[in-house]
Amino acid sequence: MDSNSKPNVRRAVRVTAGAGLERWRVRTAWVFLAPTLAVLALVAGWPLLRTAMLAFTDAYLSRMAEARWVGLENFRWLLTDGDWWRSVQNTIVFTVASVSVQFVLGLGAALVLNVRFAGRGLLRAVVLIPWAIPTVVSARMWRWMYHDVYGVFNDLGLRSGLLAQPVAWLADDTTAMAAIVVADIWKATPFMALLLLAGLQAIPPGLYEAARVDGVGRLNAFVYITLPLLKPAILVALIFRTLDALRVFDLIYVMTSNAVSTASMSVYARQQLIDFQEMGYGSAVSLMIFFVIAVFVAAYVTAMRASLVEEG
Amino acid sequence: MIKTALERTGFAAAVVAIFTFSVFPLYWALITSWQKGSEVYTVRYLPSAISWANYRAVFIEQSFGHNLVNSALVAAGTVGVSLALSVFAAYGLGRVRFRGRMLLLFTILGASMFPQIAVLSGLFELIGWMGLYNRLPGLVLAYLIFTLPFSVWVLTIFMQRLPREIEEAALVDGASPRVVVLRILVPLVRPAMVTTGLLAFIAAWNEFLFALTLTLTDRARTVPVAISLITGASQYELPWGRVMAASVIVTVPLVLLVLVFQRRIVSGLILGGVKG
Repeated sequence: MDSNSKPNVRRAVRVTAGAGLERWRVRTAWVFLAPTLAVLALVAGWPLLRTAMLAFTDAYLSRMAEARWVGLENFRWLLTDGDWWRSVQNTIVFTVASVSVQFVLGLGAALVLNVRFAGRGLLRAVVLIPWAIPTVVSARMWRWMYHDVYGVFNDLGLRSGLLAQPVAWLADDTTAMAAIVVADIWKATPFMALLLLAGLQAIPPGLYEAARVDGVGRLNAFVYITLPLLKPAILVALIFRTLDALRVFDLIYVMTSNAVSTASMSVYARQQLIDFQEMGYGSAVSLMIFFVIAVFVAAYVTAMRASLVEEG
Repeated sequence: MIKTALERTGFAAAVVAIFTFSVFPLYWALITSWQKGSEVYTVRYLPSAISWANYRAVFIEQSFGHNLVNSALVAAGTVGVSLALSVFAAYGLGRVRFRGRMLLLFTILGASMFPQIAVLSGLFELIGWMGLYNRLPGLVLAYLIFTLPFSVWVLTIFMQRLPREIEEAALVDGASPRVVVLRILVPLVRPAMVTTGLLAFIAAWNEFLFALTLTLTDRARTVPVAISLITGASQYELPWGRVMAASVIVTVPLVLLVLVFQRRIVSGLILGGVKG
């Protein structure tokens, strides 16, 4: 410890010196933050910058050295590509349908889980299962259930008489998107349910007691007590799930590959980038997607900031 | 709250519905995986005879064991690096007041919200330049883009709540900041570190797009990509029995992990509000 004693004494003196303490601590904070910031700059900052640079060129994967600046040409082309707009439509339909149903089911599950009953812990754990399964795996499971000949849904449908003949759920344009949305709802509802459950559990039970004493019906109690107090949790849950849904890739790619009728924006971008090797155009598409998401992120950050300020 | 018999039945029905909804696809995969060969083509709702042939085939013919090891190494590596870096970053962001702190925190959080596709081309190039293409460390580096911000976020919140006195006392005694973090603060935020570690592990284990793009052969291939590649030439040739067996193999440890650490995971998810 002898070799350490001199710097320690110096530091101790500095620490107790008061004014110097804050400056020293701030410097330490930056030193501690440096590795994290460096890594993020490297794996997030640089690639994003690179994508932005490539977006204005006609780069092609096997001929990167010949890339030329083409200005806004990629973006002009993008705005005229029917496949792109179809993917935007698909993404929006997917997001709206999945998030809204997730929310309703998640709220229902949260309400059930908020009640004290035997086996509640087990149910809460079981509810996490869809979330824990890798998306790729659940996509495969659902593809199997949707199989047009041996799938369980067709089997149940035929047996119960609801279906006259087997449906090719994923191949048929009219049912494919709905089928994918159902799989996503299955996967994402647990997360929604847990966020809402946390919000429900934060509501003081005393309020419900008072309401009961005052003769307020259960439905009214739900509408006028539960929902308003749940609003912050609902906001967080909806924004996060919307952000995730807009970025969807894994589920759609594994279930229907690059099919135009169900491709999301990310699927379209990846196809351009990797399958067609269009580094320039693909980067332009990626940049566009980034901006769309950024708008939502800004909205989320603003909402979070507001709630953080409230908590003080 | 639940009074009448009707309400009780309704509630019980809801519980059963939630249970079935959550478990059925996994149950179905399990049943299918136990069917041998062409038995898969008869729809059965209860297992008749349990055959492990599909499981054997997956390990022997698809080198699935190798993929499992790859996934475990990448996930563990990602967790290790994330926690090591974020513990120090969280000290800086959570215990020291400086200008731009909030902005920095939100910028870091923002990095995890990039659509993966937006960084894919740049990341692909970068990993190639660094000689990490088709190598496990390359994946670990790529995964930090979403595990690091999340870890920093959660640990910062926990560090913020710790009382000042402990730290002050140690600093006055001459302890270096590094020692303060490692010897004093880390033990106090250990629960949060376990939670973040678990969630980061699951996220890294389940990741697909980067693994698909940044690896080429079984040398570095992880489980999600391996499963997506179990294919035949057409839809009718997909060896569904094997696909389901592989799915079950991957899922069971995760489900057990989740069941055991349920409470921690739930609190971590709620705190971070980040995608699972």
